[in-house]
Amino acid sequence: MLEHDILIVGGGLAGLAAALSADPALKVAVVSKVHPLRSHSVAAQGGINAALGNNPDGKDDTWQKHAFDTIKGSDYLADQDSAELLCRMAVPAMYDLDHWGVPFSRFPDGTIAQRPFGGAGFPRTCYAQDRTGQVLLHTLYEQCVRRGVTFYEEWLVASLVVRDGRCLGLVAYDMGNGEILPLEARAVIFATGGYGRVFLRSTNAYINLGGGIGMAFRAGVPLKDMEFVQFHPTTIFGKNILISEAARGEGGYLVNNQGRRFMEDYAPKAMELAPRDIVARAIQTEVDKGNGFANEYVHLDLRHLGREKILKRLPGIRDICVNFLSLDPMDTPIPIQPAQHYSMGGIDVDADCASPVEGFYAAGECACVSVHGANRLGGNSLLEAVVFGRIAGASASRYVKGSSPPGAPERSLEDETRRFGDRLAEIKRRDTGENVFRLLNRLKKTMSDNAGIFRTAKPLAAALEEIRELRSAYPKAFIFGSIGKYCQELLVLVEFGYMLDVAEVIVQGALLREETRGSHYRRDFPIRLDAQWLKHTIVAWTEKGPEMSYRPVKTDKYKPQERKY
Amino acid sequence: MAKTFKILRFDPLVDKIPHFREYRHDPKPTDSILEALKDIRDQQDPSLAFRYSCREAVCGSCGLTVNGKICLACKEIVGRIDADLIVVEPLPNLEIQKDLVVDLAPFWEAYRHIEPYLQPEGEAPPGGHRVAEEKMEKVYQYITCILCACCYAACPVASRDGRYLGPAALAKLYRFVRDPRDRRPFKSLAKVDNPAGAWGCDTVFRCNEVCPKSVRPADGIEGLRRTLVARRTKRLFKGKR
Repeated sequence: MLEHDILIVGGGLAGLAAALSADPALKVAVVSKVHPLRSHSVAAQGGINAALGNNPDGKDDTWQKHAFDTIKGSDYLADQDSAELLCRMAVPAMYDLDHWGVPFSRFPDGTIAQRPFGGAGFPRTCYAQDRTGQVLLHTLYEQCVRRGVTFYEEWLVASLVVRDGRCLGLVAYDMGNGEILPLEARAVIFATGGYGRVFLRSTNAYINLGGGIGMAFRAGVPLKDMEFVQFHPTTIFGKNILISEAARGEGGYLVNNQGRRFMEDYAPKAMELAPRDIVARAIQTEVDKGNGFANEYVHLDLRHLGREKILKRLPGIRDICVNFLSLDPMDTPIPIQPAQHYSMGGIDVDADCASPVEGFYAAGECACVSVHGANRLGGNSLLEAVVFGRIAGASASRYVKGSSPPGAPERSLEDETRRFGDRLAEIKRRDTGENVFRLLNRLKKTMSDNAGIFRTAKPLAAALEEIRELRSAYPKAFIFGSIGKYCQELLVLVEFGYMLDVAEVIVQGALLREETRGSHYRRDFPIRLDAQWLKHTIVAWTEKGPEMSYRPVKTDKYKPQERKY
Repeated sequence: MAKTFKILRFDPLVDKIPHFREYRHDPKPTDSILEALKDIRDQQDPSLAFRYSCREAVCGSCGLTVNGKICLACKEIVGRIDADLIVVEPLPNLEIQKDLVVDLAPFWEAYRHIEPYLQPEGEAPPGGHRVAEEKMEKVYQYITCILCACCYAACPVASRDGRYLGPAALAKLYRFVRDPRDRRPFKSLAKVDNPAGAWGCDTVFRCNEVCPKSVRPADGIEGLRRTLVARRTKRLFKGKR
């Protein structure tokens, strides 16, 4: 059996950051269902926040101000000590990234360039043109190559094995060889990313199914604040490919069908650079009022930025528009609409990235520390992935060195591997069954229709009903091809089971939270209710369904205020 | 308008050799080939295997051959293809694993060989490196590379000589050579000072032609050749460094 000290699941930014910070004396490997460079971190565009104070307009910036903006942006649901940790660690992290080779754009004095972003009091978003995620992911992968990190590429983790509250390892499907096998590990770090593709309209990569979050949940790790789903204001109409907040940071306007910059009605001071929840709702409201185009979208106008600025600062955005919309943003406004973008909630971990299950850690979008609370600020997700990825690698290393190995983990791992094999054998004994891709499309549709930007009790209840129907259809799911190499049906079949859990927890949390906070907007409860709801939702898996409880938010430093921009 | 998609299929558990299978599918003109493949899989044949991830031409997963053109499936828009028959094959010159999935091991091996990481001097300087934007801009052409292997698949030298590192790996090395923070020793460059490296290129520029990110990898190979000659000459006169 393959044995490791630490197994990291996911080869995006958080996973690679964890691999780089793990103790080099330990046996560490990264397991990823795609080649690490295909991970969704690569698609991040605009930048990564750190209070470096390099911008002439940002000389007075400090990590404390960054923390305050993050907390206010979170609608006060972030744990304030964790947000401070994130923002404090941001500054040294940028200098490490620079030294590792990230080709950050520069100011005339040669320092790392910083641009304005939504909800931030100062221009503090470091960037490399509009390809920041791509260069960060490539750079961290390059550092992993330098250090000879072991990768199990194109291996799908099918289950997390936990016995008596202690993590023992994983069962995985090695797609390249078509084998199913157990992997033993003293500690496991999940860096499996978000669940964007639980929704139909999402900016996320097709691979972001969210299986990791559901897998941890099934293995007994609670989830936190899952009802908080970020909808990005600017995604291209139809395909929902992201148009970075950098487009507005560089000065882009949002315009309705009357040619008006409508943000003055919603956030007169911050205008287009209000936080994402506010801008996304503003756009949807304009469309719903009949002020959109084709009742579907509004315009993001970059024309006044001029040719030089667009080519220099937003070349990737321009390429996307030319290729996928057949238009040039230098001449024509971009049709945009909001779409699912990010998961604020996730696997319940503390500031050491440790979960209640011994030896199990999580970092990045799949985890919830919580630093983003009810709404994440742009430029804070790459940061979270880097900072908490590094923390997770260090925490897991400390744990492995300070604990004794569990007794006979092989048996539990082999049992779980056999169970998985039996399940596949059962499927192959049948002649036919449900097409899992079609089941998945039904789930996506119900989530986008009923648990989107604006929520009310009735549609949420309808979504729960549909999820329950899909759950009863799921055991009939079939694999039509052979179960050998690169059986992608198997991949989706495994993840879909976990996605049902993820979707149910999102909807259940949204239904129970009878208030409006950050990204969670209830039309039937349109006000923030701190007295009742300034608390984290914690959800545990039980045989009977998700069990909800609540936990206080750490608000020692800044008293919650009304959020105005 | 409905089109015929003729897709190369190969299941190593069942087939001795690859074969084509045809599907009728009616995509929107704005759909990409990747979206069409997904719809065909979801609606007609769940067993079809192909790599994908970002669907926005930045992850490098979906390099394929579409009507003879090497491209990213996500970037190739159906409405721009003037044909009723769309033939979809894997990238050439790489071993087929299943259907449209190829073995990229030789491509990654070449990538690892060139030491694809910044080699700066000493520890991170406080406040970060000071670099003029004009100098940083020199690497921008090459950092847009997404390592999709389209150039590797199209390269006539790589196809006839398995030892040749190929355009992407060499252009990647040049990205680091151009980086004002990099201080790699000559021995690192000397690894490509041979016919398997910078001198192997036939300069037919198939890589420039097919690159979906307009990287122009051949520029990088050309630059490496110039750098090698300059560094060698310098060493002759100044003694080894």
